[in-house]
Amino acid sequence: MQAPKWLSIERRPIPSGRTIFTVSILGIVAALIVMAIFFAAYGVSPARAYGAILHGALGNWHGFSETLRRMIPLLLIGVGLTIAFRALFWNIGAEGQLLAGAIAAAGIALFSGLPDPLLLPVMFIAAFAGGAAWGLIPALLKVKLGINDVITTLMMNYIAIYLMEWLIHGPWKGPTARGFAYTDTFARAAWLPTIYGTRIHWPTLVLGLLLALVMYMLVSRTRSGFEIRVVGENPDAARFAGISQFKTTLLVMLIAGGFAGLAGVGEVAGIHHRLLGPLNISMGYGYTAIIVAWLARRNPLAVIITSFLFAIIISGGDVIKVSLGLPFQLINVFNGLILFFLIGSEAFIRYKVSFSFRRQ
Amino acid sequence: MGWETWIITTLSRTLAYGTPLLLGTLGEIYAERSGVLNLGVEGMMIMGAYSAFTTAYITGNPWLGILVGGLIGGAFSLIHAFASVTLKANQVVSGLSLTMLGLGLSGVLGRGWEGKPLPNPIPAIVVPGLSKIPILGPILFEGQNLLVYLTIILVPLLWYILYRTRIGITVRSVGESPATADSLGIKVDRVRYLCVLVGGVLAGLAGGYLSVAYRPAWTEGMTAGMGWIVIALTIFAFWNPAHGMLGAYFFGTLYILSFRLQPWISPEFLKAMPYAFAILVLIFVSRGTLQKRMGAPAALSVPYTRGEE
Repeated sequence: MQAPKWLSIERRPIPSGRTIFTVSILGIVAALIVMAIFFAAYGVSPARAYGAILHGALGNWHGFSETLRRMIPLLLIGVGLTIAFRALFWNIGAEGQLLAGAIAAAGIALFSGLPDPLLLPVMFIAAFAGGAAWGLIPALLKVKLGINDVITTLMMNYIAIYLMEWLIHGPWKGPTARGFAYTDTFARAAWLPTIYGTRIHWPTLVLGLLLALVMYMLVSRTRSGFEIRVVGENPDAARFAGISQFKTTLLVMLIAGGFAGLAGVGEVAGIHHRLLGPLNISMGYGYTAIIVAWLARRNPLAVIITSFLFAIIISGGDVIKVSLGLPFQLINVFNGLILFFLIGSEAFIRYKVSFSFRRQ
Repeated sequence: MGWETWIITTLSRTLAYGTPLLLGTLGEIYAERSGVLNLGVEGMMIMGAYSAFTTAYITGNPWLGILVGGLIGGAFSLIHAFASVTLKANQVVSGLSLTMLGLGLSGVLGRGWEGKPLPNPIPAIVVPGLSKIPILGPILFEGQNLLVYLTIILVPLLWYILYRTRIGITVRSVGESPATADSLGIKVDRVRYLCVLVGGVLAGLAGGYLSVAYRPAWTEGMTAGMGWIVIALTIFAFWNPAHGMLGAYFFGTLYILSFRLQPWISPEFLKAMPYAFAILVLIFVSRGTLQKRMGAPAALSVPYTRGEE
């Protein structure tokens, strides 16, 4: 047999919600335990490290507000990704879609000359369109030409990164930026309001929460939601039922790309108020949101919880750097571990895994 | 600087920069030929770079460093093999987590080593006699190191194994139709494990080349997206080691030109080219028959369980 003899893997009947929940929690706990070993290796007691992270990310108003503002892009992108993943469209390109949205919004803010009250709404529309356009290219390539979505969405990330680099070093470089590679600051009317004393651009947060709800309704209550699921789970059945793979794929990527684009306008209009280096704008939200959507088991409402969880982890990274003197990169280790344990645990959900040391 | 010197130095740098791309691509070709997509190349490469650098620094032996880089890259790839082959987990997610893990772990472990130059890198050599050939001599036989040549030797070797030996047929059949291979008595999982391992070792060597030969120092994230170019190159090469060589040096040229043509063409444009080319190539070969002839493994990224199609 293929697998080692001490390990046998059989397919389980449909797993219960409780199995899924328990196994997910166990996956996270396993990642936490491995991280505890890391902390101990650095001479920091794990209890103290976790205590500091929780306190720093949740225990005071400033920390909590930073956690919430990290949650916004993760929430928006994560909700969109649950829809794409439902149709089994492997959108690894949310990072690029976020940047495309940021670019589109910045273009409107800097050059449109629109009257003040129109500025922000048009920026949001442009960002949605920018992100959606960036996501629709791979979608079209997949349904029309059968080209692998993983690869194209991934490549589009880098094209967005270099497009942005080019804009801020070249044509869009601000005359008032004193030689730095970023654009001029947006006019005040293009700034999103924030909750006083914080960086929480609340309109984007509210939008994210609303969209999570709307998408939940879409997938659970509407025909489109049903079609998305059939296309993902059983393409043959979808064909028999006359469900258009073309329309469904375009729809899910319109949503996934558009929402990532909205995350982009949130970051530039809510935090930076200008276009600057891609790494300053995103630090990998598009990739982290993949874990967020995965952990939420493709349920848009659950993304509210999982995006908050990962926002804590990102804030925790600042905490362990500043107050414990540990490298911020531990966050990437932690994210990688969680993802591994999650997909590992997936096997325990889909299959019945048993260990035996008997000779067979 | 005369135009002749300009061309010579550009091509010579291309050869140097293309080497890690080529190593990584050769490895990914083997992994994907067996049906396993490994998006963890960036992670395996950076772990290779980190471990090669520290080993070379501590022992004073750069070759030992390269060796350890390859071993660590290989060990790292086994995580992906376990997840995607044994546990039949999603290969996209597993590969991504390998990259996150590698970038994170090397960043954490490498903190104390940041920016340290390596006093004893792998030396550049001058091939006696051959370096005297006009134009070609200074490009190919002056200022390169042994790894550059070893990598070039690997190309026909890996090509021959893949297309002209029993091992190669086994690998390809596992990537094309694991069920058929299984029914012929081929141990599908074992073949996939080995191919992923080959990919990991070569990615680790590529990382080692970067930190011990090409730019002998350790900096966090020093692979700088090279692993993703490798993913693009694997497609660009139609999963063929010989094309992989052309692709690696072609993309290498683009990268070097992105610095050297700066006064005329924006570097961002040239740096985006490899990724744009990968998409364009996919578009050109997208017609089913062509894609099949060009060699996209039919079972790529599909886990195999006996009795399930």
